[in-house]
Amino acid sequence: MANPALARSSAGVTAVTSNDPVVQVCDVCKNYRDVEALRGINLEFERGKLTTLLGPSGCGKTTLLKIIAGLVPATSGEIRVNGRAVTGPGPERAFVFQDFALMPWATVLRNVAFGLELKGVVSAERNRIARRYIEQVGLAGFEEKYPHELSGGMRQRVGIARAFAVNADVLLLDEPFSAVDEQNRRKFQEDLLRLVEQEKKTFIFVTHSIEEAVYVSDRIVLLSPRPGRISQVIDPMIDRSASPDDIRRDAGYLDVVEEIWQGLRQYAE
Amino acid sequence: MTLFGTRIPMMTSLIFWLLVWEIVGQLELMFLIPPVTSIIAAGIDLVQTGSWQSASMITLRSFVYGMALSIVVGVPLGVLMGRVKVIDNICGLWVNMFVSAPLSALVPILMILFGLGETTVFVTVFLFAVWIIVLDARAGVMQVPTSLVEMGRSYGASRWTIFTKIILLSALPEILAGIRIGLIRGVKGVVIGQILVSVIGYGELFELYSRNFDMERFWALTMLLFVVAMLLSAGVEHFEKRIEYYAGAR
Repeated sequence: MANPALARSSAGVTAVTSNDPVVQVCDVCKNYRDVEALRGINLEFERGKLTTLLGPSGCGKTTLLKIIAGLVPATSGEIRVNGRAVTGPGPERAFVFQDFALMPWATVLRNVAFGLELKGVVSAERNRIARRYIEQVGLAGFEEKYPHELSGGMRQRVGIARAFAVNADVLLLDEPFSAVDEQNRRKFQEDLLRLVEQEKKTFIFVTHSIEEAVYVSDRIVLLSPRPGRISQVIDPMIDRSASPDDIRRDAGYLDVVEEIWQGLRQYAE
Repeated sequence: MTLFGTRIPMMTSLIFWLLVWEIVGQLELMFLIPPVTSIIAAGIDLVQTGSWQSASMITLRSFVYGMALSIVVGVPLGVLMGRVKVIDNICGLWVNMFVSAPLSALVPILMILFGLGETTVFVTVFLFAVWIIVLDARAGVMQVPTSLVEMGRSYGASRWTIFTKIILLSALPEILAGIRIGLIRGVKGVVIGQILVSVIGYGELFELYSRNFDMERFWALTMLLFVVAMLLSAGVEHFEKRIEYYAGAR
């Protein structure tokens, strides 16, 4: 490994450990009838870091994220959150959906406050919290609008505000920007980095965009397709104090992108 | 609509055909077609008679009861069919069969079962309206986006909360569309039922007028029914539009 930007990179890893894991994936396998989607996944997600699950379509990255979320049961293996094994969704994890999953009949405010509404937080309190996060994601003034009155990018901001509002330790983002146009996507990635910095939460992020993964991640987990296995773990070590445009031109950044592309190339036809 | 570059008002076609009708009527070509003006006069006359008013009350009562039962039975059954596979398997075939069956053929059997009275008409309205309400409610519940249900689960909603706060609200546009079509079918049901029973309500009046060749009143009553059915449908449509913003947006 001649690239100084790659602090740790190894091929054929099966287990990754870290000092302060908030989410542990222990030997998780998933079969859909006779299709093997995931095989022997061992992973730890460090507190306060953004980890990306990256891989070609059909590699089971969304399945793995949904297993961590407790939305899909694993065939075997275990998910531990803060050391405790979990079997279903829990308040310490919040999910951001690829298709936003907003309630079309509810205003932005009600959508953002919905997680709190389900927790039984009283109306005044949950609206106050929701307003704060609506402002944080840059949607102040849109509180009383309905989802269909917003652009795709703005809708996903609502989805992200909803996930923040419940104050979960872990945020699970399933290709959150894939339905957003390119200009908004970049803006989004920058905003996401700012929020990671501000909120001190653990982010688990699924994407199929290499550039996006390298730009936002502290660690990238590469999955191979069918059955999904961990093929490589990369810590990009990007200096985020530089301006976004400088980062995207930075040699280290481009080298990591190239490195990952070489790793994934074998799966592309 | 424009014709040769000039805008034509919306009611033009209606007015044109009414004029043709009036001319044919005035020429006294057929006793079946009296002039529109005398039909309108007969109509104004008709609504003031006691027989029309009591017939309207009977009709309205059968219609309201029949529709109420259709909605109370149809919506829950459709929702259950959409959610529970077993119930869908048991009822699906029957609902699909009845929704397209010529139900008028059943009315004589209903007359034997329920007698020559309001009950038969009420059951006819129910049978005409209920199936489409079931099918639309079922379709609405089945097409709730998976991610919306997953969203509810991931934020800790119980199954019941997901059902009431997400599934039902998400299916509401389809449920209302079913009720609107059900209402229109219900109007057909009440008229066909009464005509076949022919001793109560509008059926009795229709029978009376056609037997006595009282075409003015016959047409006046028919037109009144047309107008009422259209107004009813427009009313529900107006209500649907108010919630359509989210039906179109998902």
